[in-house]
Amino acid sequence: MEKSESSTTLMMQGNQACAVGALAAGCRFFAGYPITPSSEIAEYLSVQLPRRGGKFIQMEDEIAAMGATIGASLTGLKAMTATSGPGFSLKQENIGYACMTEVPCVIVNVMRGGPSTGMPTLPAQMDVQQARWGTHGDHEIIVLTASSAQDTYEQTIRAFNLSERYMTPVILLLDEIVGHSTEKVVLPRQSEIEIVNRKQPEMPPQDYLPYKTGPDLIPVLANLGSGYRYNVTGLCHDETGFPTNDTRNNEALIRRLVEKIKAHRDDIVRYRERKLDDAEIVIFAYGSVARSAKSAVVKCREKGIRAGLFEPSVIWPFPVKEVFALSGKVKAFLVPEMNLGQLAREVRGAVEFKVPVHQLNRVDGNPITPLEIVNKVEEVI
Amino acid sequence: MKPAKMPLEELMSSGHLACQGCGATQAMRFALKVLGPKTVLAIPACCWSVIDGSFPNSCIDLPIYHTAFETAAVVASGLKAGLEMRGDTESTVMAWAGDGGTFDIGLQALSGAAERNEDIIYVCYDNEAYMNTGIQRSSSTPVGAWTTTTPVTNFKKRPKKNMVEIMAAHSIPYIATASTAYPEDFMRKMQIAKETRGTKYIQILAPCPTGWKAPPELSVSLARRAVTSKIYPILEITRNGQKLKVWKDFKPTPVRDYLLAQGRFRHLKDAEIKTIEREVEDNWQRLLAKEKMLESIPGFGE
Repeated sequence: MEKSESSTTLMMQGNQACAVGALAAGCRFFAGYPITPSSEIAEYLSVQLPRRGGKFIQMEDEIAAMGATIGASLTGLKAMTATSGPGFSLKQENIGYACMTEVPCVIVNVMRGGPSTGMPTLPAQMDVQQARWGTHGDHEIIVLTASSAQDTYEQTIRAFNLSERYMTPVILLLDEIVGHSTEKVVLPRQSEIEIVNRKQPEMPPQDYLPYKTGPDLIPVLANLGSGYRYNVTGLCHDETGFPTNDTRNNEALIRRLVEKIKAHRDDIVRYRERKLDDAEIVIFAYGSVARSAKSAVVKCREKGIRAGLFEPSVIWPFPVKEVFALSGKVKAFLVPEMNLGQLAREVRGAVEFKVPVHQLNRVDGNPITPLEIVNKVEEVI
Repeated sequence: MKPAKMPLEELMSSGHLACQGCGATQAMRFALKVLGPKTVLAIPACCWSVIDGSFPNSCIDLPIYHTAFETAAVVASGLKAGLEMRGDTESTVMAWAGDGGTFDIGLQALSGAAERNEDIIYVCYDNEAYMNTGIQRSSSTPVGAWTTTTPVTNFKKRPKKNMVEIMAAHSIPYIATASTAYPEDFMRKMQIAKETRGTKYIQILAPCPTGWKAPPELSVSLARRAVTSKIYPILEITRNGQKLKVWKDFKPTPVRDYLLAQGRFRHLKDAEIKTIEREVEDNWQRLLAKEKMLESIPGFGE
C-alpha cells in the first residue's frame, strides 16, 4: 500500500490500521504472542512483513516478544510488539529494560477488561495507570491513545516517530472497540508522511560514548554491530554504558531519564478539542469513549448545555498544563472512562481541585453510550 | 468390534461451548471417567477455559482452577501441596492445558514441576496451534501447516517440538501419548497416571476441525490417521524415562491422505509432501531404534 503515490481510501479494522501504520512508519520487525483482542495485528504483519524484507516472529511468550523487539531495535530496525492486558503485565520487566537502556520500540496494548484474564473479548480502559507505572522504578514513558481506525493509523506512526526521537519505548493504548471496529481509513501518500529516524553517531568509534547526551538529554545509540562497540545493561550505567556503583552517577542517570521526556513535553503532548471555547462543562474522554463523547457534546448543545470535548491523544505525559488552563473557565469536568476513574484522578490533580471533576464509569465490558454521558452531564451541571 | 469398557459415570455433561468435532472435548470426557469425582482441575488460558461454559451452565462437575496462561503446572503443584497439608492425599490434581500453554508459555512451569516430581497429572490436549485466539501457530504446529501467523506464502518450516523427549529428559515416572481415536488406550493410560506417584505427562492428539480446516465429522478419523500414518506415535515412557514402548500394532496408512484431508496442508506441493513423508519415516525409525536400544541394555532402568 505505501508504494502507491496517491492517497488510498480503504475499509479496515483498527488492528489492521495499526499494522498498516506501523509499516508506513518503517517498522520492519514484529515479535508477538497470540492474545485476544490484539492478534489481528500479528496476523496481518505475518503476511506483510516478509513481503517487505521485514521479519515477523511469533514468540513463545510475552516477555520473549518484548525482548526480541528490544534486540531487533538495537540493531537499528524499527520494531514493535502488540498485546493485551495479561500479556502487557508479562512484558513489564522488559519495558523497564527498554526505558533504562533507552531503546526505541512501540508496544501496542489493545485493552480488554481485567484484572487477570478478565474479559478477553470486551473493551476496557483499565490499563492506563499500568501503562504509566507498570514497570518498576522511577521512569517516564510516552503513552498514546486512539479513538478510530484512522486515528490508530496516525497514532501508530506517531508512536514510532516519538520513540525514535526520544529514544524510549512508546506505548499505544487502544481498546477492544477501536481495535475491532472496521471503518474508513484514508492512507496518505508515503511522501506526505512525516517519518523520524533515530540519530546516528557522527564521531569516529573510538570517541563514541553511547549515553553521553547533549542539552536535549537524548542519547545517540549506534546500531549494535555497526562498528561502534558499546555496552547495554539494565544496571545503572555511566556514559560508556558500563555498570557503575557511583551513586552520584546513578542519581544523574535516573533524573536524566525522567527529564528527557519532561523537558520535551510540549512537543509530545497532543489533544483534540471540540467546542471548548465557550464550554461550561468539559468532557474529558479518550479511546472509543471519545466517540460517544463527541456525539454527547452535540446532543448537550441541542439541549442548551454548553458542553465541550477534550480528547487527549497523548495521556502520558499527562496534559496537566492544558487541563489546568481550562479550570478557570469552566464550571465542571466530566470524565467518562471504562475503568473506575484512572484518569479522573489525574484531571482532578491537574485542576488542583478548583472545579469539580465528575466521573462516569463502566467496568462491565459495555461501551459508554452518548446518552449515558448526556444524562450524567444533565445530572451534574 | 468389542463394546468399549468404560465407566458409565459422566463428570462432563452436554451443553459445552466447544466447536463441532472438538477433540479436546472428547479427551476431557474420557479423562474424567477415569479420574472420578475426587479430582481437582487446573486449566490455564486455552480453549478449555471457554468450553467449560459460564455459570450456571458449566459442563464439568468438578472444582476447576482457571489460571493464567503460563501457570498450569505450578498452580497444580500448589493445589496438591495444599490438599496434602490439609490431610487429603486421595484427590488427584490434574493440570489440563493446550499445546500453547504446554509447549510454549507454560514450558518453564511444567519443567519446574517435573524436576521437583510434583505429584500431579499434566495432560496436554494437543490441537497443534493457538486455536482459542484464532489459529496462530505454536511450537506444536507441524511442519508445512498453515495458521493465521504462518500464511501459505510462508507456512511453518520447522518441525513440531518434541515435547515427549523434553519430558523424558526430566526423569519423571510416567509419560504417554494418546489419540482421541483410541479412547480405551487413553483411559488405560489415565488409570496408570492416577495410580502413579510423581509427575505424569500425557499428551493427547485432539483434532481441531475449525483450525485444521477439516469437516467436523472427520475429527476421530483424523485422530486415527495421524497415528496410523506414523505422524503421531502412540507410546509410553516408564521407569523415569528409561523404558520406551511404541505401539506398532496397526495397519499403516499414507501420510499424504492424512495431510490432504485437512485444509491447513492443502497448499503443499508434491515435493513438500514427499519431504514430510520422508521425515515421518525417519522419525518413526529413530523412535523404534531408541526403543530397541533401551531394551538391549540388560537391567537398564530396573
